[in-house]
Formats: sequence, C-alpha cells, structure tokens
Amino acid sequence: MNERNNGRRAVRIDATGLYYRDLNQLVREAISGGARRIELEGVMGQRYIGTNVYECPDLGDVEIHIHGVPGNDLGAFLNGPRIVVYGSAQDGCGNTMNAGEIVVHGRAGDIAGFSARGGRILVRESAGYRVGIHMKEYGPHKPVLVIGGSTQDFLGEYMAGGVIIVLGLGIDGPHRAALVGTGMHGGAIYIRGEFDRDRVGKEVGIVDPDAADMAEVEEHVRAYTDNFGGSAEEIIAGPFSKLYPKHLRPYGRLYAY
Amino acid sequence: MRNIEALNNPFGDAKVISNCSIFGMMDRTGRRFSGRDISRAIANMHDRGNGLGGGLAVYGIYPEFADHYALHIMFTSAQGRKATEAILAANFQISRDEDLPTQPTAEIVNPPLVLRYFVKPTHSRLEGLSEDDFVVRKVMEINTSVEDSFVFSSGKNMGVFKGVGFPEQIAHYFCLEDYEGYLWTAHGRFPTNSQAWWGGAHPFSLLDWTVVHNGEISSYGINRRYLEMFGYHCTMHTDTEVITYAVDLLMRKQGLPVEIFADIVSAKLWTDIDRMDPESRQLRSALRQVYGSMLLNGPFSVIIAHEGEMIGLTDRVRLRPMVAAAAGPMLFLSSEEAAIRLVSPEVDRIWVPQGGEPVVGRLECTSEAPKSDQPLAA
Repeated sequence: MNERNNGRRAVRIDATGLYYRDLNQLVREAISGGARRIELEGVMGQRYIGTNVYECPDLGDVEIHIHGVPGNDLGAFLNGPRIVVYGSAQDGCGNTMNAGEIVVHGRAGDIAGFSARGGRILVRESAGYRVGIHMKEYGPHKPVLVIGGSTQDFLGEYMAGGVIIVLGLGIDGPHRAALVGTGMHGGAIYIRGEFDRDRVGKEVGIVDPDAADMAEVEEHVRAYTDNFGGSAEEIIAGPFSKLYPKHLRPYGRLYAY
Repeated sequence: MRNIEALNNPFGDAKVISNCSIFGMMDRTGRRFSGRDISRAIANMHDRGNGLGGGLAVYGIYPEFADHYALHIMFTSAQGRKATEAILAANFQISRDEDLPTQPTAEIVNPPLVLRYFVKPTHSRLEGLSEDDFVVRKVMEINTSVEDSFVFSSGKNMGVFKGVGFPEQIAHYFCLEDYEGYLWTAHGRFPTNSQAWWGGAHPFSLLDWTVVHNGEISSYGINRRYLEMFGYHCTMHTDTEVITYAVDLLMRKQGLPVEIFADIVSAKLWTDIDRMDPESRQLRSALRQVYGSMLLNGPFSVIIAHEGEMIGLTDRVRLRPMVAAAAGPMLFLSSEEAAIRLVSPEVDRIWVPQGGEPVVGRLECTSEAPKSDQPLAA
C-alpha cells in the first residue's frame, strides 16, 4: 500500500508469515522505488532487516518502522537508514553497522552493536551479554551505543573505539555486569550509577568524566530522551563514571621479548 | 545398535559442534495442550537448524498408561526389531505395543519404523535393582548391543518423537497436533561435522529425563571418562549425551537439587567464588573440588525436563542464547524471543537469565484432573 506521508512516500508491508529473504526483498524494492518511510507490520523473528539495501540511493532519508519482534542481526551492515523498533530487538542488533540509527523501544539481546564502525543505537531498556563487543572507530566514524537500563556481563569486550553509555534507568540496585571492558583497547564506556569497580576487566581504568566527556554524553542522552521521553537534565546529573583502556595494545608486551 | 559410530561420526571426530534452536513451554497448573503451538514456535526458528535433526518431548501424554514405562523404540531392520522384542518379552510385561501413528510428510524420507511399548518390569528379573535402574540397564543393553534398534525414550507418561528433518516436519510426521501434554520441549538441529541419523536427533532421553541442547561441550572427554566410572557408556559421540547422563547421575541418582546441579555443571568462576561470603565460598569450592570432572565447559544452553519440571540453564558466561517468559501459568524458554511472542503475544514478564543461573518451572498442583485445551492468551 503506497501513500504520501508528510511529503515522504510511505509503504506499508505486512510481514506476517513472510520468510526473511522475501521480506527483505520487498523492503529493498520499496526503497529502490523511492519509498522513504517503510512500515513493517507483524514482524516476528525475520533476520537481517535493513541489511540488503546498502546500494539504494539517499539512504540517509530512509526510515524503517518495525512493529513486532525483528530477528537476529537487525540492521547488520546498516549504512544510513533509521530503524525504529516498537518492541524488542534480538541478538546481534546493529552488527557491523556503518551509518544510520537504530532506535529500540524495548530491550536488545546479546552483542548489540557488535563490531559497529559508525552510526548510533538507542535502546530504551536493558540489553544482554557482550554489548558493544569490538566496536571500533576511525577518524569521523565513531559508533555510539546508548542503553537505558543495564547490561549483562562483558559489556564493551575487546572494544576498540566508539562510545557506550549505560544510563541505569529503572534498575534495582547497582549494575550487575561483570568483566566490563575485558580486552578493551580503545573508545570509552560511560556508566551512570553504582557498579562493582573490582569486577571490571583488568585492561580498564576508571575516572570521573571531564567537561568534554560530559558534553558528548549529554548530546546522546538528549537523543535518548527525545526518542523515549524523560528528563535529560536528571539523567545528565549522573553520577557517571568513565571507563577507558589503560593501554592501546594490552597484549603487545605479552608477545614481545 | 553397535554401528552408531559409522552412521553418526564417519570422520571419527571427537566432538560434534552445533548451533541449534531450542524451545520449551509448560503449563504449571498441569493443563494439557496440543503440540500445535510448540510446532509453530520451533518452526519460527527454522533457520537456526539445517534439517538434519528435529525432535520434541512431551509430558502428560499417556495418562491411561501413567504407571507403565512408555518405550519409544526405532528399528531399521526386522532382525533388530526381533532381537529387541525378545529382550522386552524376557524382562517386561507388555500391556500394549503399537506403531507410532504417522502421516505422509513430503520432506521426511526413509523413516525407520518407530513403535511404542507400554511395559512394566517383570519383578523376578529385577535382581535387587529399582525399577528405574532396571529400565536404564535394559535401555543401555538395547542401545549398545542390539543392531538396528534405538530407544528414543523410556519414561512414564511421556514420550520423545524425533528424527531427521526440521522439527516442524517431525511434529507433522508424528501427528503431534493430536497429542496433549502439560510440558513440551523441542529442538532444531544444526550438526556441522556429523552425519545425521534418527537416534542422534534431540531430545536425548533416559527414563523420563530429556535434554535439548544448543552449543558444544568442550569438556566432553573429561565428562565422559567420569561418567564411565558410574556405568554410563557414551556411544553416540555427541556431546549432548554427557549432559543427559550428568542429569541422571546428579539429579536422579544422587538427588541433588537443581540449584546445586547448576553450580556443578555451570560452576562459578574462582574469581567470583573468592568474593563470596564464607559459607557460600565453602560450598562452591567443595562442589568444584568434588565434581570438577562434571563441569560442562564450552558454550551451551539447554532445556532439561522430567515429570513435573522444566529447567533452563546456560553456561556460566552465556555463550548461547536463552530467553524466558511467564504468561499466567505458562512458562516459556526459547533461543529467540520472537518464537515466544508468536504463540503468546502478551506475557507477564520476559527476561534473559544470567549465565549459569537456572530457570525452573514446576507443577503447582499435580492432583488436579487434567483440563482440556484452552487458548494460551486467555
């Protein structure tokens, strides 16, 4: 069904019972045909949504709105579109994404932001294990991952770049995540609220963020509250801790004689 | 079934690596429901498997024979059937035997004959063994020494249906829409270095205990040698087999509670144990020392079931996925959230368990008469 929506051509697709390849092909054809807002209804576990549109033109204008539960590797290799999920994302959300934004009005599974190299992921609630594993950055390409609640263990494992911000909203007591930043050698993790400082990875240092750090945090907290509501000022009041890698090559000396 | 090696592991690999789908659903009031929803749920995770193994376990399925051991046995030759039936006749009173009902399913090719036998051990043959241990001994005897026969399951008021195919195809083939149970588990298999065969599909079962498993047990060799000391013979070279025997040894025979079982197979890291209060530290240290050979190392998520209980458990650092949800009396465990939402769009609570921490569902009331099927989203 095609319609004009605020001057943007919108397409609605009923995904009920569609195999992921067929669904993603429909999305690709719609965008290639000029659609700029895709509404997917009845999504239930279909994988790789948003992945196969990389060669369509003007992807920065494209929005994909997902109703239901998208499957693993949502927005893998995403290169420009904005994906909004009205539900939860499963494992591997934003796997190796390059540009664009994923907004999840629910929780995200394990390894959200896996190997991301650009773009931004906003998760309203909590996320699973190994969130932000091996995120990386180069020059202006800097991925950002904001988690509203908390995460499970190995947050920012082998992190090589980018920014992870964990807001601790609505959680009961301190963050439970252990071994945060294990193998970390780049980027920064900002955690709001209490966590067990003795259980972070041994490659990690902890400091209070400075003004420049907080300016960066504030920009993304405002994006979070713009999407999900709440008071940015209350969130920014913190307290935040900054986790950083003590060495850029933590194992360099291990193999050198 | 002596030729399992040639059938299942032609390259002689020491272990089988899998990345599968698992799903479990239980009505904690004991209400029985059909296999329709679990078939839909596991089909929704179709791409996690590759069609080389699928299966389901169901509890509360044979109330008219609740005091009999229900043996589901597959045969690939008439001689195998004859030899196995001779063992059964010599050791059991057989109240009924019949083919498992099947329906033509395009994708299911060359299925073996699968029969069910409702039996009671012949008392003069027990020789001091409990009935359960006697059944275990006879199942082991058939599986290790009789050609062309394999026991799928051997518990009371439950049954395992499995084979080569996708799980939804297996469910269709065995007409599982026509059965009702209060607890179902299902598995879609992705074997990467072993040839598929009907007995090698999940669930693995001994008595009424069943295991469906996603992952790989790196400690298979250590676990296997330890279990051999207790008379368990691992014949199938699939890692899930050691989980099944670990469950039987630790929970059925030694009577350990599930929380202790979890602390043995998904033992806490020493760095975490060092930080516990003295009493917890002493317990966890003792478990690691006594049961060090029962630590299941490597990535896994499993659903273990037996009469009245369903248990979800992952390895201690959660290298395989598991989502849990509660909706009224229903408890769900799944590799993916979407499979749960498909059959139960509204849930009271949905969560991802911490690695190594078991999720346990138990029957709240076993005396109540089974109720008829009701829609889940009541």
